[in-house]
Amino acid sequence: MNNKGEAIIEVNNLVRRFGDRAVLDELSFNVHRGETLVIMGGSGCGKSTLLRHLIGSMKPTSGSVSLFGEEITEMKEREIERVRLRFGMLFQSGALLASLTVGENVALPLLQHTNKSVDEIEEIVREKLQMVGLTGFENLKPDEISGGMKKRVGLARALALDPELLFSDEPTSGLDPIMTAVVDQLTQKLTQGSHMTAVVVSHDMTSAFRIATRMIMLGHGSIVAEGTPEEIRNSPNAEVQQFINGRADGPIPLNLSQEDHKDHQLVRPRPFRGARLRFHHKNP
Amino acid sequence: MKNYLRLNLSLLYWIFVAPFTGQFFKIAPVFRQMVFIGVRAAPMVALTAFSVGVTLAMQAAHSLESLGAEMYIPDLVMLTLLREMGPVLIAVIVIGRSGSAVAAELGTMKVSEEIEALQVMAINPVQFLVVPRFLAMLVMLPALTIFGNYIGILGGWAVCRFTLDFNTAGYIMRAVESADTWDLYSGMIKSAVFAWLVITISCNAGLNVEGGAEGVGQATTSSVVQALLAMLVMNAVLTGVFFFAS
Repeated sequence: MNNKGEAIIEVNNLVRRFGDRAVLDELSFNVHRGETLVIMGGSGCGKSTLLRHLIGSMKPTSGSVSLFGEEITEMKEREIERVRLRFGMLFQSGALLASLTVGENVALPLLQHTNKSVDEIEEIVREKLQMVGLTGFENLKPDEISGGMKKRVGLARALALDPELLFSDEPTSGLDPIMTAVVDQLTQKLTQGSHMTAVVVSHDMTSAFRIATRMIMLGHGSIVAEGTPEEIRNSPNAEVQQFINGRADGPIPLNLSQEDHKDHQLVRPRPFRGARLRFHHKNP
Repeated sequence: MKNYLRLNLSLLYWIFVAPFTGQFFKIAPVFRQMVFIGVRAAPMVALTAFSVGVTLAMQAAHSLESLGAEMYIPDLVMLTLLREMGPVLIAVIVIGRSGSAVAAELGTMKVSEEIEALQVMAINPVQFLVVPRFLAMLVMLPALTIFGNYIGILGGWAVCRFTLDFNTAGYIMRAVESADTWDLYSGMIKSAVFAWLVITISCNAGLNVEGGAEGVGQATTSSVVQALLAMLVMNAVLTGVFFFAS
């Protein structure tokens, strides 16, 4: 674990239940200043739920989440806004405001939270769009650009206020390999140069290994493995190896063959039969 | 209901309290919404109001002629428009056109994570999205009602002038004499209350959408139905208070 910088994010015994199902089960980890933490895991393993807890848009069932030393789980909406000014977030879809142009989207946080002049804001917008390779796209509407471009505009918007911390949800999905490299390089440059901290949720293993200084793999709501990219690559854990090498067969049950399905039916037939009987009883 | 009350409290905070703590709402989006909610609805309002004016005058002519009381047609057109038909019918048009559009727009923003993105950027969605629409509606619905009243009276005039024996000056004199300023004010008060109901119901429906495109559709429909019901019930209450309470 990288303990060089102060802890920017501290997660302790985080639990989130939906009904009886624990989506996050006693999660604990820290993220230190300057780190790039990649959170990976199969679909539905709780990555997005974890991210929503980290940005304060979901409240946990129990446990705590601290950002910049401030506990956010107990905060009211107006108190969280103060903390949110210190971080940026790139959404999976980009989440651009469809009624505004690309330039206005990037300018939005600056217009709302700073007293900068229009000229200064225009300059910053140009600079941020240049960083993500979108110079000259200021006046287009989000529905006039591709999905990958939207994501890059989302990244430019997340970086508009020069945040200390960046959350990215699948930053490279939908980007071509060259643009993926550009975005990765940008993340690396920001974390190294300006000591920004990044938390990235990603499925893209090439990108993940390129940018991560530390990685966490989630499974069944808890941490399956944690370590540097090298430690993860050499992990003896079969689930980790299956995931990073993208194998269909392994301990993670993602795809059932027809035979597997029959086996499952033989092992657990009762709930189905019971349900069907009740149904017939009510509706002869 | 809890969400609706919370939205109303939040609106009051952002309009009346927050400006004193230095958090002013931006005025440009209010004008943008006024154009969308009000100005673009004007042709529809004009057509509706003219039809209503014409219909009222024809119905009045039919009934009053048999009593030999045609001279009261302008009175009936004027009073009915100012007190009841003006505010109610124009609110119906605005609910169908602008209320549903607001619910669908905010609902789509909700399902495409735009509202969450605003929150993460520390921008309050009520201040950023609801306040401009609320203020625009509060100004434009009464304004449209006044505009609609004029057009409706013009419709009544058209019937009286071209099919009955009224001259223009006689129609105007009769209409102006019949109405009290309170008739106009009561209609304006109704309009402002309807504006409050319509826009808060529409925004609340949009902000609480769940479940993708289907959810947006349901929220839009339910916002129209709820706004219509609330508006009609409130109209009955206000009519009771204004004209029968004393």
